[in-house]
Amino acid sequence: MQQVPVSLLTLVAGILVTLVSIWVGQHSASLLPVQASEQAPLVDRFFQILVGIGTALFLIVQGAIVLFMFQYRQRQGDDRDGTLIEGNFPLEIFWTAIPSIIVIGLGIYSVDVYTQMGGLSVGHHSMAEHAAAPVKGTALAGTLSETSDIEALTEEIPKDEVIPEPARAETSLEEAPVEAPLLAPIEEPITLPVKTPIKRPVKKLVNVPQPGIGIGANPKVLGNAADLVVNVTGMQFAWIFNYPETDITSGELHVPVGADVQVNLAASDVIHSLWIPQFRLKQDAIPGQATGLRFKATRPGTYPIVCAELCGGYHGSMRSQVIVHTPDEYQEWLESNRIASAQNQQIAAALQTH
Amino acid sequence: MTLQLPQNSPPGKKPENVVVTSHTTHQKAWKWYHYFTFNVDHKVIGIQYLVTAFGFYLIGGLMAVAMRTELATPDPDVLDPNLYNAFMTNHGTIMIFLWIVPSAIGGFGNYLVPLMIGARDMAFPKLNAIAFWLNPPAGLLLVASFFFGGSQSGWTAYPPLSLITAPIAQSLWILAIVLVGTSSILGSVNFVVTILKMKVPSMRWDQLPLFCWAILATSVLALVSTPVLASGLVLLLFDINFGTSFFKPDAGGNVVLYQHLFWFYSHPAVYLMILPVFGIMSEVIPVHSRKHIFGYKAIAYSSLAICVVGLFVWVHHMFTSGTPGWMRMFFTISTLLVAVPTGVKIFGWVATLWQGKIRYTSAMLFAIGLLSMFVLGGIGGVMLGTTPFDIHVHDSYYIVAHFHYVLFGGSVFGIYSGIYHWFPKMTGRMLNETWGRVHFALTFVGTHLTFFPMHELGLQGMPRRVAMYDPQFTAINQLCTYGAFLLAFSVIPFTINVITSWRKGEVAGDNPWNALTLEWTTASPPAIENWEELPVVIHGPYEYGLTDNHRADGLSEARS
Amino acid sequence: MTAVTPTDTSHHEEHPDLRVIGLLTFLASESLMFGGFFATYLFFKGVTPVFPPKGTEVELYLPAINTAILVSSSFVIHLGDAAIKRGSVWGMRFWYFVTAIMGATFLAGQIYEYQHLGYGLTTNIFSNCFYILTGFHGLHVFIGLLLILGVIWRSRRQGHYSAHKHTGIEMAEIYWHFVDIIWIILFLLLYVMTQF
Ligand code: HEA
Ligand code: HEA
Ligand code: CUA
Ligand SMILES: [Cu+2]
Repeated sequence: MQQVPVSLLTLVAGILVTLVSIWVGQHSASLLPVQASEQAPLVDRFFQILVGIGTALFLIVQGAIVLFMFQYRQRQGDDRDGTLIEGNFPLEIFWTAIPSIIVIGLGIYSVDVYTQMGGLSVGHHSMAEHAAAPVKGTALAGTLSETSDIEALTEEIPKDEVIPEPARAETSLEEAPVEAPLLAPIEEPITLPVKTPIKRPVKKLVNVPQPGIGIGANPKVLGNAADLVVNVTGMQFAWIFNYPETDITSGELHVPVGADVQVNLAASDVIHSLWIPQFRLKQDAIPGQATGLRFKATRPGTYPIVCAELCGGYHGSMRSQVIVHTPDEYQEWLESNRIASAQNQQIAAALQTH
Repeated sequence: MTLQLPQNSPPGKKPENVVVTSHTTHQKAWKWYHYFTFNVDHKVIGIQYLVTAFGFYLIGGLMAVAMRTELATPDPDVLDPNLYNAFMTNHGTIMIFLWIVPSAIGGFGNYLVPLMIGARDMAFPKLNAIAFWLNPPAGLLLVASFFFGGSQSGWTAYPPLSLITAPIAQSLWILAIVLVGTSSILGSVNFVVTILKMKVPSMRWDQLPLFCWAILATSVLALVSTPVLASGLVLLLFDINFGTSFFKPDAGGNVVLYQHLFWFYSHPAVYLMILPVFGIMSEVIPVHSRKHIFGYKAIAYSSLAICVVGLFVWVHHMFTSGTPGWMRMFFTISTLLVAVPTGVKIFGWVATLWQGKIRYTSAMLFAIGLLSMFVLGGIGGVMLGTTPFDIHVHDSYYIVAHFHYVLFGGSVFGIYSGIYHWFPKMTGRMLNETWGRVHFALTFVGTHLTFFPMHELGLQGMPRRVAMYDPQFTAINQLCTYGAFLLAFSVIPFTINVITSWRKGEVAGDNPWNALTLEWTTASPPAIENWEELPVVIHGPYEYGLTDNHRADGLSEARS
Repeated sequence: MTAVTPTDTSHHEEHPDLRVIGLLTFLASESLMFGGFFATYLFFKGVTPVFPPKGTEVELYLPAINTAILVSSSFVIHLGDAAIKRGSVWGMRFWYFVTAIMGATFLAGQIYEYQHLGYGLTTNIFSNCFYILTGFHGLHVFIGLLLILGVIWRSRRQGHYSAHKHTGIEMAEIYWHFVDIIWIILFLLLYVMTQF
């Protein structure tokens, strides 16, 4: 049989490995859940690259092992030793240099992806402004802001009081002017809406400075205030989502699709970790240290919220969900909860005066 | 027997001008009951470590099997969730602190280092025995902790959770870890001094077996990192029991500080668990492929490089914790760099196979199995090193998959490989190869079946350390559970093999593998002070193929 | 490659005495435990605006005297080491005894300080750090003291120590210096740095 030159074999093997790796990399995204946030495609593309490189490395090393295992197995009756080869300096340099280049490349790329995700802009000026001016008045929530006053709440709400038209979606999300800040009372104890089976009252954390840890504004929205702010408290074993602008408190996270959402995380007992797999985002909620996430949901639907940090026996049951609404739906949800919330406040106030 | 030459001479080439003194066996061998006493012989201590650690492995494994049984269904129906957490915590703790570390460092290190460098014992034999005897009480403390609910906050014991759950059990857990930590520091002092000061003068530094380089690097790492863990745990102990508030945020404490103290130790700890195993690899692969190790210096230096870089990557466990963005990026890059020296080792071993004459003994099968599994786990680790991806999978089953690949597919495979390789030296008898192959096949398949699907679980969104999970993950979890049963089954042939071979296996002779390192120049099992006369080193530890006729069967020839 | 005739045919070589280097290795490691505590302290000092908080300040006077005692004891103990190297067991005993008294004075001073500070272990983060640091150091002083007393006790035996055989004495000295060095760092961090 004609001997095939080794260089040709190597070339073919190289091309094959490359093709297979690219194919595996391309298809690896199907291993991940659906993409539902702006960050998700960034992470997924990065993941594909990682899997591609990983597959190539694995195939090369594994291929060499299997090949050598077969080719250099001890043959029947051959008791000789292998040839004495102590090493090969250029080859060693080569296989130190190539991985170095790969990992440095990956390092640079991950800094880039991370920046695009908003990781390096947490606690920057935009956030600082937030800290100074309490979050208020986005297009969606601003229309309801007047009533978030405590006096308004304790008053009887006329039955026929019409809640203003929901602002038009999409455009208003981007363009609505930021209204004058309204200082919401700090640490105002409120009772919870009937809908959510949460026992403990939570404190509002409206004026807390914006956290400097987590994922912040991505380059596109850097410098702008977020459209919607949600204060999230983790406790054994539940998440509590509080909308400071509207006084709504819920056991689930509701966000309108496309809105630039800022989530401030706090923990009241032990460390918890807010993970939304479909958003590819996770951040620990740490007692005594403010953290946060900022994201834009891109796909309406209901996705799980998972607590990822061991927080006790029922850590596994600390699950909730995020509901990404279309803007109309979101308004509906807001309204129904406004009423529920207000009625609750009334009852609470009534009880207090007695 | 001509084989008991006190010289390190290549097979078939007997140095002429060396006088072989006859053996006066005035040193008696140890009796079985000596193994249950405070014995200062490094070989006895080595075996004590190995056997105790294996016992703990079975206990830790049993806990894992219980956990996997629970996880076969989404609901917490088998174990109470708190008990699940206690099992999970103690499974991790036992596997790391009472199985891998004591067997790889304490067991093989103690047994082999003096034999490999031509010393009669360790530098501080008594200290060595003390270090070993700190381990059983640590195990007892963990057992005792179960009477108080068991420590339930994971092997990482993050406050505030560890401050408020089962405080007595948690305190006992801390004391247990402090004991094994002390043991590890004392052991490391011993190794450093022994290797640096006690090798036979005729051995050049570049003739030091790579296993010893690995143990040296491991020991330095242990010396640097373990005390920091001790300080962190002492503070935790004071917080739990004596009213301080280092980690209590409502009293001015900081919970993230603990994580730094913990991971400053515990990242290096993962290298404590793999470096000695890398050392085992560097010994086993050349012997069974009859080839000189490829790139001795590169492999020796890369251990030291891993040890240095490994000290500066700890924050990659805290990417989603209270870690500012710049720090995430810094530690991303440092973490990725660790892949380079590790790769140098892997490539060196693969190149050792090249042009070899590979013998598929059980030891070699496990070594090659390790090679392929560790690469898989290591590449998974490199992916985790990048913040953008780690944010998604941190604290998910992807992590569980990663570290079982490197710990089970890496460390445990390496330890098995070492046992198959050195069992003849330790006991004078061969292990049964057929059972060894069965053991390998079951373990190899079981490991992939148990841990490979966990990657997908993690990517899809299943968190770790849960006793109950979203029903959408049921199918994959059941697969993992079957794998775990297979793994549990796989230790049975091994255990039977070890017990029967120890008692009446085939007699091994001094050098059944025809290997070149010094431990094979003495009897099997070695006499109490290792050699009648200290061996003289005249060639390196891996110079296979040195003789012109490439004969490897000098042994069989000489024996007949 | 030439074969070498075994030169060292004496069967039972002296087991080499490596205790000093062993101790140094151990102390290098142990210093990192203090490293962990120092890091903790410095971290809290860094993040707390007023540290130590009002009411839990330290005073400098007594600790400064204590420091002087401990630091000079390091020189005293060295005199003992020099004495044994000249072969004088009595000289060694004398200087070691003086060192022991100085060490005990230091500990007494420490206890006195504890009683007059007006705050305890659990008062606040600063006091937590303060007591943990000084307490662990005190524990080491106490162990050093025991070592010194042990040396004196053993020196009763005729010929136990001599000009050529004094590793135990040297080890006690090294340990004492270690305790001293840790104290100097501790004093700078805990007492001097907090004055500004
Ligand atoms: C033996 C133990 C061991 C070993 C060796 C490793 C090795 C590595 N580990 Fe792993 N790790 C653990 C045990 C181990 N790990 C454990 C127990 C945990 C979980 C702790 C817990 O939370 O409970 C963990 C968790 C863990 C995390 C945290 C994940 C999280 O919680 O979010 C990270 C992140 O960076 C990580 C990374 C790495 C890296 C980069 C390596 C590298 O050293 C791997 C290097 C090896 C290779 C890369 C393969 C061979 C190299 C080549 C073929 C060369 C070419 C390669 C490239 C160019 C990439 N590990
Ligand atoms: C070297 C370390 C090591 C080893 C070998 C293993 C081995 C195994 N591990 Fe472990 N594991 C860890 C280290 C290790 N693990 C760590 C550090 C954690 C993290 C803990 C934490 O989060 O804090 C973890 C967590 C962990 C989890 C995640 C738990 C959770 O997050 O909720 C799971 C789940 O499947 C698991 C499974 C297994 C299985 C099935 C094995 C199998 O390989 C075990 C095979 C079984 C045996 C070998 C036992 C056989 C026993 C018998 C046959 C009975 C005979 C016994 C007697 C007579 C006493 N492990
Ligand atoms: Cu909250 Cu886990
Ligand atoms: Cu790590």
